[in-house]
Amino acid sequence: MAEIEIRALRKAFDGAEVLKGVDLTIQDGEFISLVGPSGCGKSTLLRVIAGLEPQSSGEVRIDGVSADGVRPSARNLAMVFQSYALYPHLSVFDNIAVPLRMKRLSALERAPFVGRLMPGRRRAERVIRDDVERVAEQLEISPLLKRKPGQLSGGQRQRVAVGRAIVRQPRAFLFDEPLSNLDAKLRVHMRAEIAQLHRQLKTTFIYVTHDQAEAMTMSGRIAVMIGGELIQVGAPAAVYDDPCDIRVAEFVGTPKINAFPGRIRSDGRLEMLGHVLHMATPALEGECRICVRPERIELASHGLLSGTVVHLENLGSEAFVHIGCAGTDAPVVARVNDPSQLPAIGATIGYGFAPEAVRAFDADGKRIVTSLPSRVERPREMAVV
Amino acid sequence: MSDAATALQGMAMAPRVPARVFAGFRRAGRSQAAYALAAPAFMLMLLMLIGPLAGVIALSFTDYQLGAPAFSWIGLSNYREMFADRVFWISLKNTLTYVAIVVPGAVALGLGVALLIQSGAGLKSWYRTVYFLPVMATLIAMAIVWEFMLHPQFGLVNGLLRAAGLQGHSWLQDRGTALYSLCVIGIWQATGFNMVLFLAGLVSIPKHLYDAAEIDGAEGAWSRFRLVTWPMLGPVTLFVVAISAIRSFQVFDTVQVLTKGGPSKSSEVLIYTMYTEGFEFFRSGYGAAVTVVFLAFVLLLTVLKSALGNREVHYA
Repeated sequence: MAEIEIRALRKAFDGAEVLKGVDLTIQDGEFISLVGPSGCGKSTLLRVIAGLEPQSSGEVRIDGVSADGVRPSARNLAMVFQSYALYPHLSVFDNIAVPLRMKRLSALERAPFVGRLMPGRRRAERVIRDDVERVAEQLEISPLLKRKPGQLSGGQRQRVAVGRAIVRQPRAFLFDEPLSNLDAKLRVHMRAEIAQLHRQLKTTFIYVTHDQAEAMTMSGRIAVMIGGELIQVGAPAAVYDDPCDIRVAEFVGTPKINAFPGRIRSDGRLEMLGHVLHMATPALEGECRICVRPERIELASHGLLSGTVVHLENLGSEAFVHIGCAGTDAPVVARVNDPSQLPAIGATIGYGFAPEAVRAFDADGKRIVTSLPSRVERPREMAVV
Repeated sequence: MSDAATALQGMAMAPRVPARVFAGFRRAGRSQAAYALAAPAFMLMLLMLIGPLAGVIALSFTDYQLGAPAFSWIGLSNYREMFADRVFWISLKNTLTYVAIVVPGAVALGLGVALLIQSGAGLKSWYRTVYFLPVMATLIAMAIVWEFMLHPQFGLVNGLLRAAGLQGHSWLQDRGTALYSLCVIGIWQATGFNMVLFLAGLVSIPKHLYDAAEIDGAEGAWSRFRLVTWPMLGPVTLFVVAISAIRSFQVFDTVQVLTKGGPSKSSEVLIYTMYTEGFEFFRSGYGAAVTVVFLAFVLLLTVLKSALGNREVHYA
């Protein structure tokens, strides 16, 4: 149980700045995901929190106490690594017992032969055995305790790694892309298990992933990191629906959000692909990006915007129609809820979107406030010309 | 229905017979091709390894002398003579002592130096080169340098001792120290080689295991070494020990240059005995018998290594 505060954290490797002043407060018992494209510094941030990497400047506070100079093990945080980092020469039992033995036995008691003769060792070992077996039962790996990590499947190794983390009841768990090495089906399964584990333990979870779907489905809050900066922190739905930066909008959500080149006119109206949208903004005149999520694009046979169908992705329960369109860099993607009614590839198709589906960003990628003009005539109208 | 089934079965059976015949042909053809492909390697092994080995073993049952026009089979006489010979036993004991000192010394030092270089920040390649130098240098030439260094009057070692106010010593001329001086040179020579092997092993240990150890509470360098480094170096260590042991059994150059087995056989070793018997006294048969004993030890080490390698060592 721990509240973790990160204050103005900076980290540079050989002059290259990886973390550029990160501020984040993680509540006690919260499940927060650090998500971002590879190389955005999220793993480095986790390693700084864990104490495996010293920061260049700034501060990490755990439960209000500065963790600077505190050894990783003394911070009492547990970490699950992407590669599991199990000790290959130790059995599953011994792997899980390592943190307990390190904490509860003295160096002399751990010594290979002399240790057995120490008076307190047998009692301590019995308690450790009970603790390990309890955790193994909880994670359903009791039958595997005698095996070596090399004899386990990826999912089983993952469980052992989690077991090693939870056995010593740490103040917080740090997960560094723990599901990346699993196959897609198992990943979805483990996602649910980790979320369940969090509900059970009610401890602080910090979860690093590049997979926005993992972040969206498991965590209470997600923190989107791009280029060494925290761009947006919030509930998954809020980040998805109300991104503050175009990079967040583009990173969160699959398929990617559709971005149209647009312009803010001098009268405050938005204009795209030669059409003036039925929306107003207080922002200054200039270039902008008009973004619309695929599920908010509506296909219609007539008018509005139009393009040619270049690709279809039928997922069974839903389908995505890729529409090649003059004036946009990438095809526009629209979600169709009923895959039985798909247009043919090569067909010309019209599409549009409701004004409230628009998220507009200025030339620097920052979000622009948009609103319907004061005199609203047709609220469900699709892209007014 | 059943007719149809039998008909189907018949159809299924019909082509099977010739298929099996073809397979038989193919198998025979394949094994011929396999033998043909393996033949060059097998021939080389026969000519270079197995042949000479059989020759040496055969020679050890004869009274052949180098250059002699004829020889006769004398059975186990050579071995009987050898086991009755005091020099042989001294030689064997000295060799085993040499191995028992050089192997742990060179392995421990090699590992220590590798760990120091690996954990150091700069000058890594400089240190690597310095420690590897003795391996690359010709041992005979280096032995002569050691001879100067260990010289009782003008040697650097005694000079340093005298400067520190200690009594010098006739290292190579004293029965009590000659063998141990050779051990020191052996360790000096083998450390660099072991270091390179250990460095390669250290580089291949995944970094995240150290992270996990750190998180799990292995704070000191020693506990990290015990938890991660040492077990992960298992395969390398086994290999290094075996190689060091075999190379130590082969010690010859330094003995030949520095002590000639003396003084009074105190540094006589197996290969040196073999050399003097075979090439100075021309008793090839007897020399071959000594060689067979030497080969038996090397074989024992090899068997030990592969037995341990299958059981005790953890490949990640």
